[in-house]
Amino acid sequence: MMKDSDMHNLTLAEIARNLAEKHFSAEELTRTLLARIEQLDPQLNAFISVTDELALAQAKAADARRAAGENGALLGAPIGHKDLFCTQGIRTSCGSKILDNFNAPYDATVVERLAAAGTVTLGKLNMDEFAMGSANESSYYGAVKNPWDLTRVPGGSSGGSAAAIAARLLPAATGTDTGGSIRQPAALTNLTGLKPTYGRVSRWGMVAYASSLDQGGPMARTAEDCALLLSAMAGFDAKDSTSVDQPLDDYLAALSQPLAGLRIGLPKEYFGAGLDPKIADAVMASVEELKKLGATVKEISLPNMQHAIPSYYVIAPAEASSNLSRFDGVRFGYRCENPADLTDLYKRSRAEGFGDEVKRRIMVGTYALSAGYYDAYYLKAQKIRRLIKQDFVAAFEQVDVILGPTTPNLAWKLGEKNADPVSAYLEDIYTITANLAGIPGLSMPAGFIDGLPVGVQLLAPYFQEARLLNVAHQYQQVTDWHMRAPAGF
Amino acid sequence: MALERTEVEKIAHLARLGLSEADLPRTTETLNNILGLIDRMQAVDTTGIEPLAHPLETTQRLRADAVTESNQRDAYQTIAPAVEEGLYLVPRVIE
Repeated sequence: MMKDSDMHNLTLAEIARNLAEKHFSAEELTRTLLARIEQLDPQLNAFISVTDELALAQAKAADARRAAGENGALLGAPIGHKDLFCTQGIRTSCGSKILDNFNAPYDATVVERLAAAGTVTLGKLNMDEFAMGSANESSYYGAVKNPWDLTRVPGGSSGGSAAAIAARLLPAATGTDTGGSIRQPAALTNLTGLKPTYGRVSRWGMVAYASSLDQGGPMARTAEDCALLLSAMAGFDAKDSTSVDQPLDDYLAALSQPLAGLRIGLPKEYFGAGLDPKIADAVMASVEELKKLGATVKEISLPNMQHAIPSYYVIAPAEASSNLSRFDGVRFGYRCENPADLTDLYKRSRAEGFGDEVKRRIMVGTYALSAGYYDAYYLKAQKIRRLIKQDFVAAFEQVDVILGPTTPNLAWKLGEKNADPVSAYLEDIYTITANLAGIPGLSMPAGFIDGLPVGVQLLAPYFQEARLLNVAHQYQQVTDWHMRAPAGF
Repeated sequence: MALERTEVEKIAHLARLGLSEADLPRTTETLNNILGLIDRMQAVDTTGIEPLAHPLETTQRLRADAVTESNQRDAYQTIAPAVEEGLYLVPRVIE
């Protein structure tokens, strides 16, 4: 029997083999990880809620299903959910005071599908408030620390998911990505994270930030584990009006495809001013590895990349200002004390319930959509959005995947970018374009600089998640960056 | 174009966000910094470019006009701040 001290280092794929061979039960694994969370999470603050009762019930049910002959790859697999996926009867806070008392009345489709596959939910993970942030410092529940250096940010907004997996408190978790919120924290904590094509994963029950950009996806240590999770998460859902009714690829089967002949595009705009030169070196080293596997490389251009951030900071706040109007202190969530009248109830409930960054984005969005400004802001941003999409369409006529750095900088110090929100917005320069265009993107571990992880981003045409997972998996067969664990965890 | 304090107050009102007098200068400055970033868009030539609202440019799917949900009022009201006899309570609106 495997020692408790080893279980937490296993990937989902390894857990599946061990459970199938009865080296341990789902219940034993769950108890081991719950004890580890209790012991280590106070250093990280990755969890908003630990759902131990639910986890043990799900683990026992998984063991019973396995005893009855089932052998699904995720049966008994421990995971966590970013705290914006609704979980029935369990607090779904979105990292906000306004939803601190919100026990969701239903499960999100992603939660329901993963539970049906037999996953065990260990808890709900910390995040930037309403997924607005790149450092996980805007949470009502406090900042999350990066396990690679506890004085640094883990990235955001899925920072709790990232920190928990990197510290081996969990093998995998869900995240969401509106401007880079899966890929950027994955890069800063040495994980593999995938943002699927817009519409590939149901948004039903996933609390909305910017509806035309939001997409849920898997975060784990390996591409193989992301493939396992995506296979269960993705697919058509009639409850989501933007869900795409198109068959899923066999993500696991695609992993083993050889890379011979793969055409990789390196966008010159991704290697310009603003990129840490050491990150550029690490990215180019990953390109050399992929060349050894048979890939060919070509320089390409995405000339409108530089316009993505201004465009995003109109579209996302505009959609957020509309989506977040539902938080009014009337039907659920926080209500202020002793409201004088209805307007006072709305204004004070929202002022007291939302944090500063959320209020800023609501106000930017409200302004951009207000009478007289729509053409100059929202419509202009949507035109730029088309230019960005056209850049990708043209690039994918020449290459199969696009490769570059996930982030321009390594994980920064807690508090370093708090004084100036605009400086933090610029960290999303390489990830935001995929959300605006709706294409899939993946970040994978590609080395370390001064002990901090570097991520490489891969982008592919619509619905080619299988290709991204394939390239990352093949890279992970010849490198071991993704296997490295932070000291102390 | 920089926002003045009165415009920020108007935006806060439209967004139904209470904003204290003390927070107004800092909020105005931060919003102006963000709008400065956004205004870089105006340098982009978008002549003849159609706006893109949906990445896949699909149209809204329609479903049959049939009842699919059951009434779960009681369950939903267990998480409401104040209810009475199935109604949500708010401060008096009509005197």
